[in-house]
Amino acid sequence: MKWIDYATPHSVREAVDVLSEAGGRARVMAGGTDLLVALRAGVYDIDLVVDGKNIPELNEITYDPTNGLTLGAAVPCYKIYGNQAVATAYPGLIDAASLIGGTQIQGRASLGGNLCNATPSADSIPPMIALNGTANIAGPNGNRQVAIEDFCTGVRQNALGSDEILVSLHLPAPVANSGANYIRFIPRNEMDIAVAGAGVSVVLDNGDIKEARVSLASVAPTPLFVQEAGDAIAGKPANDETVRIASGIARDAARPITDMRGTIEFRQHLCEVLTRRALNTAIERAKENN
Amino acid sequence: MPGKTYVQTNINGEHVDFLCEPRQSLLECLRDVIGLTGTKEGCNDGNCGACTVEMDGRIVTSCLVLGVEAEGKEITTIEGIADGSTLHPIQQSFLENAALQCGICTPGFIVASKSLLDQNPDPTEHEIRFWLANNLCRCTGYDKIIRAVQDAAVKMQEA
Ligand SMILES: Cc1cc2nc3c(=O)[nH]c(=O)nc-3n(C[C@H](O)[C@H](O)[C@H](O)COP(=O)(O)OP(=O)(O)OC[C@H]3O[C@@H](n4cnc5c(N)ncnc54)[C@H](O)[C@@H]3O)c2cc1C
Ligand code: FES
Ligand code: FES
Repeated sequence: MKWIDYATPHSVREAVDVLSEAGGRARVMAGGTDLLVALRAGVYDIDLVVDGKNIPELNEITYDPTNGLTLGAAVPCYKIYGNQAVATAYPGLIDAASLIGGTQIQGRASLGGNLCNATPSADSIPPMIALNGTANIAGPNGNRQVAIEDFCTGVRQNALGSDEILVSLHLPAPVANSGANYIRFIPRNEMDIAVAGAGVSVVLDNGDIKEARVSLASVAPTPLFVQEAGDAIAGKPANDETVRIASGIARDAARPITDMRGTIEFRQHLCEVLTRRALNTAIERAKENN
Repeated sequence: MPGKTYVQTNINGEHVDFLCEPRQSLLECLRDVIGLTGTKEGCNDGNCGACTVEMDGRIVTSCLVLGVEAEGKEITTIEGIADGSTLHPIQQSFLENAALQCGICTPGFIVASKSLLDQNPDPTEHEIRFWLANNLCRCTGYDKIIRAVQDAAVKMQEA
């Protein structure tokens, strides 16, 4: 790895100042499980790593049944699934937090880093899209919010300016009769990159789907929000036929490539199967959550 | 080019200070700067777990931690597992169950297994396999490692 400098700002303000001064030659680090690998591989030409882990707001984890979840951008996965209130309120998010890497990776990897890294295969992004999440960003001109589905702009590209930092993620409080799920396909049981993944959420109303959101991993340059899949089943009964409709739309919306992990056809098929299974689980969870 | 950074940390219960370049990993600092060579390098990108250490109570791959991040932390490496010349029950079980061949993966497996048994003294085989999924072994085929951890769990509960 080439020479880098290391800064440990203790406030968001200080971090933004350091980033502004660096004029695009710095990157924020949370768990470093992507960044340090990328720096060794020469992916980024930077002079400065700005460690976000000493900034209080990036370590926050606050859940409130009215206001929802504020999750600091640097909170590692194990603290997320280790938080009983969060684990109970957001099983769909926990699905992802508990399958990123293995035990050691989960000791460091954050969902903020997973989001900012902006790979198509990032496991936490589809469930955060399905759960209507927003990114809370700070920059020289103050704070702004971006919907998670608008955050990734290309492979490894995100909506942040070089002088901005992701402070936290926000998920609204789960409403009654709602459920979510994230699942992925990998050729083994753990420690691999999603060939495809599906994150979904539903809200039920007397046995009908009131609202649904579907998002896919690894089948487009960015995590894909398939709004039409959810819209098409709103108002329909929560049954196999309805789930089939949404899964078919998800399959057709996927724009995968063929690579060593899978062909276009296989990934399209996976989108159908994974969306169907994830919707069935989300519906089951919604029925339990009343 | 700026100078080295002075880092104060605690390793295996002892205060340690060292100088390092900010780009150096904790793994590099342990091995090349501090001289604790028990921690091994396999892949240097987070996949193999040979470099596993415990930092503030949680296992991490030290190749994906910067040495400068050790400031103010508490770190346990493989050198901190035995009690003087008395092996830890997990180390003893690895020997008795022939859970190692070349041994490169062993320090990482032992540090990771200890952290599992510290918080879950009676894990199922499934829990052991998932906990150790971030540790790769190219020699043993894993079964002997799993049996060693199960054996250590029994011994530690009897103790
Ligand atoms: C062995 C291994 C297995 C893995 N398995 C998986 C897996 O199964 N699923 C998966 O999705 N990923 C996986 N990953 C990738 C990685 O662990 C995840 O993407 C992780 O969530 C990244 O989080 P981090 O905190 O380590 O990010 P970092 O590495 O610290 O940062 C990632 C990127 O985001 C930027 N960034 C981080 N925080 C901020 C911030 N607050 N503001 C602005 N920019 C920021 C950094 O500059 C960098 O570009 C794996 C990685 C390894 C090494
Ligand atoms: S050397 Fe660190 S995980 Fe392989
Ligand atoms: S004993 Fe050789 S890699 Fe595990």
